[in-house]
Amino acid sequence: MCGIVGLFLKDKALEPRLGALLSDMLITMTDRGPDSAGIAIYGPSEAGAGKITVQSADPASDFKGLKAALAKKLGVAVSVSVRATHAVIAVDVAKLDETRTVLKELRPGVTVMGSGESVEIYKEVGLPQDVAERFKIGAMGGTHGIGHTRMATESAVTTFGAHPFSTGPDQCLVHNGSLSNHNNLRRELVRNGLSFETENDTEVAAAYLSHKLATGSNLGAALESGLSDLDGFYTFVVGTKSGFGVLRDPIACKPAVMAETDEYVAFGSEYRALVNLPGIETARVWEPEPATVYFWEH
Amino acid sequence: MPTFDLASVPLRDLNQALHSVGAGTNESDFEVINPRGAHAVAVGIDKPVHVDVHGSVGYYCAGMNAEATVTVHGSVGPGVAENMMSGTVVVKGDASQYAGATGHGGLLVIEGNASSRCGISMKGIDIVVKGNIGHMSAFMAQAGNLVVLGDAGDALGDSLYEAKLFVRGEVKSLGADCVKKKMRPKHLALLADLLAKAGITDAKPEEFTRYGSARTLYNFNIDNVDAY
Repeated sequence: MCGIVGLFLKDKALEPRLGALLSDMLITMTDRGPDSAGIAIYGPSEAGAGKITVQSADPASDFKGLKAALAKKLGVAVSVSVRATHAVIAVDVAKLDETRTVLKELRPGVTVMGSGESVEIYKEVGLPQDVAERFKIGAMGGTHGIGHTRMATESAVTTFGAHPFSTGPDQCLVHNGSLSNHNNLRRELVRNGLSFETENDTEVAAAYLSHKLATGSNLGAALESGLSDLDGFYTFVVGTKSGFGVLRDPIACKPAVMAETDEYVAFGSEYRALVNLPGIETARVWEPEPATVYFWEH
Repeated sequence: MPTFDLASVPLRDLNQALHSVGAGTNESDFEVINPRGAHAVAVGIDKPVHVDVHGSVGYYCAGMNAEATVTVHGSVGPGVAENMMSGTVVVKGDASQYAGATGHGGLLVIEGNASSRCGISMKGIDIVVKGNIGHMSAFMAQAGNLVVLGDAGDALGDSLYEAKLFVRGEVKSLGADCVKKKMRPKHLALLADLLAKAGITDAKPEEFTRYGSARTLYNFNIDNVDAY
């Protein structure tokens, strides 16, 4: 099954509550998938500032002294804020790629979950409630975010098999469904130079979108081409620096409900995920159409 | 009139109370408030009670209904009135996918839109939708009537058996073996009766087009043997 949620705020007054609203939505979806949970939060971005979310199985030793080691190698100021097994490294946006390279040498046990100017990605094995508390998602503010709770079908229950998957700078993807041509597509993408962490089908969809974006498509065009290249069941919610998008496969078995008010646009696998949002009683509530790309941007 | 506030009372208490109604009881009107998208609200009723649900519900509301009248003053999730046997289910808002699936009897009225697979494999239920219906509706529908005042999506009536489909608006495309059929006097009378039962006064039977099975898939055609 899996449960997915998304919240895009139009009203700045709600921004401090983004993490609280989004984790509440995700916790409501717990019985759609108890294996692992994750959230991508798009926080305020400052001009020229970049950030990388990293994960470690041994955070105590991997994150110890990381700030000083990175600053020394890169020759610029770096900050590292640790949240349980994850840490967000803040660095000059021009140094993002270099930081990732240096990180591989300094801390081979560390995995990059996502990077960009705005996004932070947190995901772990466990129930949404536990994952949200572990990373203190409820206290986070931001402009928009997406979340996922997983019922694993075709690959192992691990941190790296959890969603969201990063698809590029400030981009990520959550998925409810299963792809049937992911092995073939993975082989093609590997030939095109992409690498994979898991056997997971959604990672292939994320890499597919990354590849399309890297070869000249915008997000809308990349999602459109996914309609013919991705075979299987899917409801996708994608996050970008400025907004979020929704795409369902042409059969549209995987559920999706959306709500819009003057304050926000919200997505849930079920209406239950939306019932605690402010003003839901008078929101416009509808189901996104199959094979149709939806997108909201700030 | 018993009222169940699902914000404070477990769903099981509501359904247990509905299942425990004795024959000939005077306690026949139930109110449900704060359903907040809950699944399986008012399922499996087999007595002629009235249930009013105030708010939107999740999956399988009024599933397997027999004899009861269930009215949802809100929208419903997937599978409303699934496998209904008799009685009436009215949805004041919209319905998600496979509304009325496999229903054997009774009347399902959706005052808003229904999404995909409305009436899939219906087996005798009557479904009246005031708005539009989504793709693959009435897939393998065997018996009963589907009346749509708005438009129908792609592949209406794919692999249809003997259910009758009446659409007032546009049909985006017909599924395999579903064809437009002539509206005979008996169909006009049937449709007038269904519209009246659904409380619809602003639509005339003559405005609808009838669709049904071309019956070419009923028997195996030996010319197609190479396809298997």
